Amino acid sequence: MAQLATAKEDGAAARPAAGSSGRKPFRLSTLMSIVGTMPMIATAVGVFFICIIYSFVLSFTNSRIFPAFGADNFVGTDQYARLWSTGRWLVSVNNIWFFGLLSIVANMTAGYLLAVFMDQRIKQEDLFRSIFLYPFAMSLVITGLVWRWILDPNYGIQATVRGWGFEDFAFAPLVNSGTAIYGLVVAGIWNGVGVTMAIMLAGLRGVDGEIWKAAKIDGIPTWKTYLFIVLPMMKGALLTAFILQCVGVVRVYDLIVAMTQGGPGISTQMPAVFVIQHITDRSNVGLGMAAATMMLLPVIVLLGLQVFVQWRANRVKENA
Amino acid sequence: MMTTEALAPSAGTSRIEDGPRGAKPRTLTLSRVGVYVFLILAALFFLMPLWVMVVTSLKSMPEIQLRHIFQWPQQITFEPWLKAWDTACTGRDCNGLKPGFLNSVKITLVGTTVSIIIAALNGYALSFWKYKGANILFGLLVFGAFVPYQVVIYPLIIGLREIGLFGTFPGIIIIHTIFGMPILTLLFRNFFAALPPELFKAARVDGAGFWQIFFQIMVPMAVPITIVAVILQVTGIWNDFLFGTVFAGRENMPMTVQLNNIVQTTTGVREYNVHMAATILTAAVPLAVYFISGKWFVRGIAAGAVKG
Amino acid sequence: MTQHSVSIRDLSLNFGNVKVLQHLDLDIAQGEFIVLLGPSGCGKSTLLNCIAGLLDVSDGQIFIGGKNVTWEEPKDRGIGMVFQSYALYPQMTVERNLSFGLRVAGMKKEEIDKRVNRAAEILQIEPLLQRKPVELSGGQRQRVAIGRALVRDVDVFLFDEPLSNLDAKLRSDLRVEIKRLHQRLKNTMIYVTHDQIEALTLADRIAVMKNGVIQQLADPHTIYNKPVNLYVAGFIGSPSMNMFQGTLNGNVFTTEDGTAIPVGTYQFTTPAAGSTKAVLGVRPEHILLGDDARAMPFNTEVEIEIVEPMGSDTLAWTKIAGHSVTFRCNSDVLIETGQKIVVGFDPGRGSIFSTETTNRL
Repeated sequence: MAQLATAKEDGAAARPAAGSSGRKPFRLSTLMSIVGTMPMIATAVGVFFICIIYSFVLSFTNSRIFPAFGADNFVGTDQYARLWSTGRWLVSVNNIWFFGLLSIVANMTAGYLLAVFMDQRIKQEDLFRSIFLYPFAMSLVITGLVWRWILDPNYGIQATVRGWGFEDFAFAPLVNSGTAIYGLVVAGIWNGVGVTMAIMLAGLRGVDGEIWKAAKIDGIPTWKTYLFIVLPMMKGALLTAFILQCVGVVRVYDLIVAMTQGGPGISTQMPAVFVIQHITDRSNVGLGMAAATMMLLPVIVLLGLQVFVQWRANRVKENA
Repeated sequence: MMTTEALAPSAGTSRIEDGPRGAKPRTLTLSRVGVYVFLILAALFFLMPLWVMVVTSLKSMPEIQLRHIFQWPQQITFEPWLKAWDTACTGRDCNGLKPGFLNSVKITLVGTTVSIIIAALNGYALSFWKYKGANILFGLLVFGAFVPYQVVIYPLIIGLREIGLFGTFPGIIIIHTIFGMPILTLLFRNFFAALPPELFKAARVDGAGFWQIFFQIMVPMAVPITIVAVILQVTGIWNDFLFGTVFAGRENMPMTVQLNNIVQTTTGVREYNVHMAATILTAAVPLAVYFISGKWFVRGIAAGAVKG
Repeated sequence: MTQHSVSIRDLSLNFGNVKVLQHLDLDIAQGEFIVLLGPSGCGKSTLLNCIAGLLDVSDGQIFIGGKNVTWEEPKDRGIGMVFQSYALYPQMTVERNLSFGLRVAGMKKEEIDKRVNRAAEILQIEPLLQRKPVELSGGQRQRVAIGRALVRDVDVFLFDEPLSNLDAKLRSDLRVEIKRLHQRLKNTMIYVTHDQIEALTLADRIAVMKNGVIQQLADPHTIYNKPVNLYVAGFIGSPSMNMFQGTLNGNVFTTEDGTAIPVGTYQFTTPAAGSTKAVLGVRPEHILLGDDARAMPFNTEVEIEIVEPMGSDTLAWTKIAGHSVTFRCNSDVLIETGQKIVVGFDPGRGSIFSTETTNRL
């Protein structure tokens, strides 16, 4: 529908001007371009616009399993009120912040550290790179299952160390609701830190070699150069790694399902799991969609911020 | 101390042998050792789970219960591997991972092909044949790269059910195409946009149209970016869990979902060795892609990361 | 004996099997402006990096200010360095850029301020002190980069192609400024460039390099007028020197097509024995026209092939003794394509090289 409208509009506007030197006449190639990108038009408009609106509207209804749009189904902001008084959701929101901050900070720090060490003219660089990066090739389900096994209280690290004679050794984060989330963070870092390292290493290598020479002549110690001169010069790599992490954190689902299934209790519930549970097992689509809308909110705020910053940067550039 | 005499230009070839000369003697400094110690420790951390997976999968259950997880098996057995492949149970079905593997292969092959063809066309059109509103569409698409899946999953379930594709093979292909589209389109658009525009202009002057330029000029040039896209999609689709759970249905259940079902099945004794064998089997394809593609994989990730 | 500011003794550098620098010796006097000149890959930047301590040498010694610094860290060598890409720390203001090294070294605040202000005054960048490098033009950035070397209060300045990133106009402006700076500070300066104009205008002495070996080390006038070998002769000068292949026999040079050119006015460095294959080189501006030409030891009538008016002077192309030849004349002289004209030159102002050794005879 939308694409036809666009085509018509273009064609209609072009006809009066055809033959004159004014507007570009409508061409067959333009039509082909529209035809060729139909799937994109359908996806962009159908999925990333209409579906989002649809979800948003549903969040104001009391839909259970199927969407219900009857007059008496609209309950205003009731679902949001319910959502924010649901313990499971509150725990999810707390968890995502805690999990997100901890894993992003740990991931970025470890990633930069690894990149710096890899930057020391290591002979076996390719080997180390392969080792640091291979976990990322595996799905988060696999990551979760493996780490669950390693952290298993009866067979994993805890049992092993106890077997060596340290009877009191306790390291089984997943069975304790207070520490289960740390287990998730460790597994997540194992999976993703290689990517951060690779991006940051590329960033390090992209820094002008003469900067290093200048710093050496100025007598600045290597670690200070890495921290105060080179790091601020890698904004692009840092931002890339950061955004990648953020997207990963918001979407974290597979890892939870494989490792803890939200437990023990509800201690590792996350918004992504919450939404899926409510549109499937718990059959409460209205509440699920309210939660989904809340998940979208930070993304929109961040993207808006990004657009604003870019717009302002362009302004500065124009004025300069 | 130097004397000025010693510094006078040396007549003839007489050499001055005072003070340091030549390369600074290289000693294996403490910091150098530290660098390697750090990297090796880090490497051990990253390799440890792989080790645990492998040794666990080669042990018999009694041995697992007796000895710790890091130990090499006293008696190597491939029984768990056979069982994971052929007879492991998910609830009532006891067919192992085999059907899941076949499903994953089908979904990955078709999904990768379809999504890349569509994305290449998108990128091409967005680079050279912008029509009115194309930028807005592209903006929406890029926005889509950041949207949490959960926001659009339910409407998509309803939509696919309406047209009878929910829980079918075409359904899961459509889903993978949709969610692969933002990043792949961006990838191809950036690639085509970086080509010299004269190339396109010359083809236009030669009278080539939309499809001719695409197939005869752009497609042959896009081989490197296509390799990157293939790596990205093969690993992405193979490793997918969420869409497989929700959209694939029982008939097309991919390997990751089946793996999770096998491991999470609570009936009977937990066979950790079978679980780990199943895990390795599921990880085998993306790991093979990773080790074969080498540097391309890194490029794929880097390309996938340039969303911002 | 005066003390040398920088001395290089038998310096070699190998990367694996590649010999980048081979047994170099170089003595630089206090306050001298030395230019290392050569095409890319000749080892000039490598030599500068060795002097700076940014590269470890394979063999030989480096003295700066009378001290053997072969194994010293760059910061302890008493040098400042200016780079082609400026290498300013982008997130710091100009002031921080200038002072960062001093702060790290733990210098007192007052002393830092004093040095920064002095450098800013000399380079006239006082109004820019609080700006960031992105807000500066290329010329301003390079001034800040020079300032960073200045605040180190060192005796030796190293320049690594400092003007190559600037456009032609700025390049000539800054060239003059560097010269002025040298006259004011009287520091030793070692300057790497591939631009012969920079070399000729700035240097007290030029070291022309090729394949890691200094071909000739001399003042610009000597380099230009008395190149030691064919390589230096061909590298310096634009348009390049006209070269005649032929045979030298006593005081007569015979070109390949049999034209005899008397070279009695030429001062041989090594007397030629018997008949040898040789190359006679003549600078385009040493070829004269008309009556001037008739007074020259060698003259001949030629036809003009191409005329290139350059504004201040005019370049013309013709053939002498079967060789394509360029000459330069005053732009007031009107010549045109196809014109027949008498041209001549004094071989005594030219250069003669042995074909075999390529060295000056």
